[in-house]
Amino acid sequence: MSFRNSSGSFFKNSSILPGFWPSFSYTILYLSLIVLIPLSAVFLKSVSVSPEQFWKTISSPQVVASYRLSFGASLIAGAISVVIGFLVAWVLVRYEFPGKALADALVDLPFALPTAVAGIALTSLYTQNGWLGRWLAPLGIKVAFTPLGVVVALTFIGLPFVVRSVQPVLADADQELEEAASSLGANRWQVFTRVIVPLVRPALLTGFALAFARALGEYGSVIFISGNLPMRTEITPLLIVNKLEQYDYAGATAIAAVMLVTSFLLLLLINTIQRRTRKYMEPV
Amino acid sequence: MATTAVAAAAPAQRRLKAGARTASAARDPAIVRWGLILLALLSLGVLIVLPLAAVFVQAFAKGLSAYLQAIADPNTLSAMKLSLLAVGTAVPLNLVFGTAAAWAITKFRFKGRDLLITLIDIPFGVSPVISGLIFVLVFGARGWFGPWLDQHDIRIIFAVPGIVLATTFVTFPFVARELIPLMESQGTEEEEAALVLGASGLQMFFRITLPNIKWGLLYGVVLCTARALGEFGAVSVVSGHIRGQTNTLPLHVEILYNDYNYSGAFAVASLLSVFAVLTLAGKKFLEWKTGRKGQVS
Repeated sequence: MSFRNSSGSFFKNSSILPGFWPSFSYTILYLSLIVLIPLSAVFLKSVSVSPEQFWKTISSPQVVASYRLSFGASLIAGAISVVIGFLVAWVLVRYEFPGKALADALVDLPFALPTAVAGIALTSLYTQNGWLGRWLAPLGIKVAFTPLGVVVALTFIGLPFVVRSVQPVLADADQELEEAASSLGANRWQVFTRVIVPLVRPALLTGFALAFARALGEYGSVIFISGNLPMRTEITPLLIVNKLEQYDYAGATAIAAVMLVTSFLLLLLINTIQRRTRKYMEPV
Repeated sequence: MATTAVAAAAPAQRRLKAGARTASAARDPAIVRWGLILLALLSLGVLIVLPLAAVFVQAFAKGLSAYLQAIADPNTLSAMKLSLLAVGTAVPLNLVFGTAAAWAITKFRFKGRDLLITLIDIPFGVSPVISGLIFVLVFGARGWFGPWLDQHDIRIIFAVPGIVLATTFVTFPFVARELIPLMESQGTEEEEAALVLGASGLQMFFRITLPNIKWGLLYGVVLCTARALGEFGAVSVVSGHIRGQTNTLPLHVEILYNDYNYSGAFAVASLLSVFAVLTLAGKKFLEWKTGRKGQVS
């Protein structure tokens, strides 16, 4: 075990357990081969594109229209997920009712159902003679093949992120705080807005950010219900696919670079929120 | 409780009772409670149950024989075979990786440990479409190794290896991310004791570590399998959509759907949905077994 002596500075403390070097080197090798090297191709490729060409691609009207749809629909879907997700988490944590375990299990369905299946199922529900579409059509609401359809699909995808972020926080929340507030004369609404909401706000924010990040890159569940009308219902990932189908690797890569940078910034934001939350949740 | 005591302490008691009633959410007025429960169930019903139900109703819209015919179609069967191959390769690879990574990360302390954990999570933050694109850039006709592969007549993109690679990338973090917190919380004492008592490294791993992590490992494998089987965007980019050759089940659903063969598309989709429901059941079982609540995946 000479490595521990020779590279003492690499370890913060020594361990008698075997297998560090094999498992560590395998981890680094596999991570590099499957993730890091292929992913670096996007950045190396986009550097090889001239800046003018790069800028022209990522600022073309069709691409900008897709950013607007992807961002807008993801934001709205995230907000809807926060409202419904909070409601569902609240009911699952605080109340008892028949079928609760089943409802709790169903929340995860969007994680487990293949996105293409979700896509065609949602489309069939919301077209003009679908189960839901036929009731919405007389009201003048069109969902399938409109931006609204994109929002519906992204809400389906985003909901479990919010529920699963909020649920543990609500379950751990000390109900004595609420009791203290009400014994000091707060009514139920005041308890809700002044005690419960501040307590779950970081979790709601995390859930929102996770749902939003996932929604930005989502493809399978959206492309069926959106109808992919140029300038109107094309999401950004679809444009990458379109460029690839025309063998425009440079164009596809430029848009991908923009998306990657955006999602890394989002991940950074999520990590920051979570670190803050953890600090906030720690006992004083 | 004695009635006299209640009578004696009536005002205080009433205040206490009122306090208790409003303090705990479990004692919200029944109308509020049931109103919220109904609203939540209605939302889940419309958002989640209806799409699932629609899959099965549409799958059988043209009767059982049409359903069976769509399933027994040679193109469906070959899609099934390819999906199983992709799952059967990606899941074991990521299982071995996840275990090795969790071992290195949780049982030892070294510089850059947090960075490594962050790097492992990367594939979750990448759009499926980009997950496919990166392999096109590396192995595609005009990619880094494109010319070399072409000379040696090896096809990766628009062929089976590309599908396996993209699936592996997309499901990369599942097992590691499940094991890291679990093994972190278990510490190193049990393994150290085994070694002190004379166990070899392998004995320690198979008799101590593996039994300790088996449920968490299985949980990661269940999630990994579900995602591998259902992956669409990444696989769609690297597959050439060649029927009977480079179509996985989700891609086959898309092709049938775009052919306006709705009952066929939903029939294949229903197979994937049954698997999704089984995944949820397995997940619930493992959560019950390990005594934990679901978490964001």
